[in-house]
Amino acid sequence: MQRTLVLWVPDWPVIAAVRDGLAAAGAPIAVMAANRVVACSPAARAEGVRAGQRRREAQSLCTSLVVVPFDEGRDHRLFAPIIDVVEGLVAGVQVVRPGLLALAARGPARYYGGEKAAAIALRGAVLGEELTDVRIGVADGAFAAELAARTVAPDQPVRVVASGASASFLAPFSVTTLGDPDLATLLGRLGVRTLGDFAVLPADAVRDRLGAAGAHRHALAGAADATMLVPRTPPPDLERVLELEPPLDRVDQLAFAVRQLADDLVESLTSRLLVATAIRIGFRDEHGTETERAWLHPRSFRANEIVDRVRWQLSGETRTAGTRADADRGPGLRSAITRVRIVPESVDDLAHHEPGLWGSAPDERVHHALSRVQSLLGHEAVLTAQRTGGRTLAERSVLVPWGDRAVITRPVERPWPGALPQPAPATVFPSRHAVTVVDAQGSPVGIDERMRLSAAPAGFAPAAGGATRPVTSWAGPWPLDEQWWSIRRRRLHRLQVVDAAGIAWLLVLEGSSWWAEARYD
Amino acid sequence: MPALALSPAVDPVDAGESRIQSVDTVQALQARIDALQRTRLDSRLMPTHEALADLLPDGGLREGATYALSPSSALVMALLAGPSQAGSWCGVVGMPEFGVEAAESVGIDLDRLVLVPHPGDAWLTVTASIADALGIVVVRPGRAASDGAIAKLAGRLRERGSTLLVLGPWPQAEAMISLTESRWSGLGDGHGYLSEREVTVTVSSKRGGRPRSGRLMMPDAELGIRRLDRGVAADRARERWHDAPAAVPPNDVARQVG
Repeated sequence: MQRTLVLWVPDWPVIAAVRDGLAAAGAPIAVMAANRVVACSPAARAEGVRAGQRRREAQSLCTSLVVVPFDEGRDHRLFAPIIDVVEGLVAGVQVVRPGLLALAARGPARYYGGEKAAAIALRGAVLGEELTDVRIGVADGAFAAELAARTVAPDQPVRVVASGASASFLAPFSVTTLGDPDLATLLGRLGVRTLGDFAVLPADAVRDRLGAAGAHRHALAGAADATMLVPRTPPPDLERVLELEPPLDRVDQLAFAVRQLADDLVESLTSRLLVATAIRIGFRDEHGTETERAWLHPRSFRANEIVDRVRWQLSGETRTAGTRADADRGPGLRSAITRVRIVPESVDDLAHHEPGLWGSAPDERVHHALSRVQSLLGHEAVLTAQRTGGRTLAERSVLVPWGDRAVITRPVERPWPGALPQPAPATVFPSRHAVTVVDAQGSPVGIDERMRLSAAPAGFAPAAGGATRPVTSWAGPWPLDEQWWSIRRRRLHRLQVVDAAGIAWLLVLEGSSWWAEARYD
Repeated sequence: MPALALSPAVDPVDAGESRIQSVDTVQALQARIDALQRTRLDSRLMPTHEALADLLPDGGLREGATYALSPSSALVMALLAGPSQAGSWCGVVGMPEFGVEAAESVGIDLDRLVLVPHPGDAWLTVTASIADALGIVVVRPGRAASDGAIAKLAGRLRERGSTLLVLGPWPQAEAMISLTESRWSGLGDGHGYLSEREVTVTVSSKRGGRPRSGRLMMPDAELGIRRLDRGVAADRARERWHDAPAAVPPNDVARQVG
């Protein structure tokens, strides 16, 4: 039987929510999943809120209850530093779930001179992570150890159940603690109410009646479960940090300094048969200000591409609006950089990124030429286009800087009722021009509340002044009322007109002003 | 030219006939001369959309050549469609208004389309660098460039075999391609919507000769590009092809030129 130490941080989802800034510490908080309370803070518990209650029930018990949605990712993310602290002291930690760790007690017990001493040392270390309540149980097997941790008093936060005494420790607990409601109901009907009652049943009879799952629960109840802990493998540390002393304030110097770091990062990824498909680059300057940005790559990052991203990110910070100072040799950054941090945000198996025998990535020559233009004009100057779905022209395509990956939120395949019929205009003005639309008498054309034009358009002219173009044929107005429920509501009326030169235009009425949005030339 | 020096006694109708014939003969001769005097031996053609190909000198966009275009995005897209479908990379410099959706519907592969919307004063440098790697590049010139820079760019294009399409006039353009007489159909007086358009595309070659023009549907109802006067144009081309070399054997032309 493996001696097991379980470390439990009560109400971890609540603590994670507070640490993530979703609620104030000390407030009555309930973390909800599927309309049920998953965890609640001590203040909420004092009002009668319990795990498993419905939201209405919990809110009627405690009117000032702060409800936070359950997020397993958040719980795991914020628990990671605590795992690191524990792994700094002992090896072979199993994360049962965020807030609950199990580890083999034998090693730490020998090192610290006793299980109790080991538990106290671990608890002390974890309390250093700004936690107030950490409980530890030591017993034969993880199940008994967890129950021991759950039943300690807050003033006596460590409980050690002596070796061999676990079965008698478990005996008085209810069968519901096994965490199987169906089994608990069945056993209740059979008159078996405590784990002790369950444990004395003959093992083969239990297996015959309840199957393998029941036999496992029976072994748990008798503290005879032989399942070993599965310690986690600590993830490789791929973050790379460069401290600069003295601080550097020129982009070219920084790019040179980062080169080694980028090589090192890519090499360590390659040795693990990984490639980075997204990285996050962070800078800290002399004043302690941290700036960060994530970069995506359509394929995978190589060392020189990481250096490029560092340079672009720095140039983006130096660039003043409108004019582009030549950032590589220019006057330098506003304040010197003291620390550069590069983290691979998402990694992929190297095998997925091997070029095919005849090459699958775009031509190297194309990539080099475009990267050269990017170094001349900046990262956002060279774009590739992708189609997206949408109703207005601006929504129907997205431009992505070369070397980035598009994140498409509006798929093309969806129906977009209200979009203009094909053909699409060949010229879409990057910023629309104000125009005036006039009827045959020269007075402006408007629209009434029944979405009819006040008069047939006979001509249109740039609002800034200019010759009126006579309209030979027209159609519309086609109304578009998007997101009427939200603050981003847009109401437009679109009009296709053909001028005397045979060129067609797309005119848009928004509010009370007309705009030329595109030209079918 | 002596062939054109007609005597006044000739009947005016006949004179017109024979004048047209002579002009055609001269053009055919000129074509032969051009063929023999190529600056490059292997001036290959870009795969060009078949509706436009026979309007162009040599029957298609030539690699390493420059063409001047009248300002029309649809014309640009029609010329890019052929090379793009055949696997070329396309670059568009200085056209922030390039309509991506229309480009895709014409048949340009967006995965191989690169846009540099705002090159600023560096437009010539940018064009030269991306023409190094991309098969066909469209540019709207910014500030005027020096003749030297333009000649250098032309040399680089010839060497790399990339085709350049310039919006606006350009010295030493292989041909000037313009789009005129655009007529949209589908719109009425307050009803319908734009469906198709008939245009005239006119190509005037730098080697002289009559400008060739054709009526095209651009786009037609299926969003494609279609030639309307295909029969006539094809006949004329065939005539020129069959008659001209027969009238003057190639060896004779060579001797006359030499």
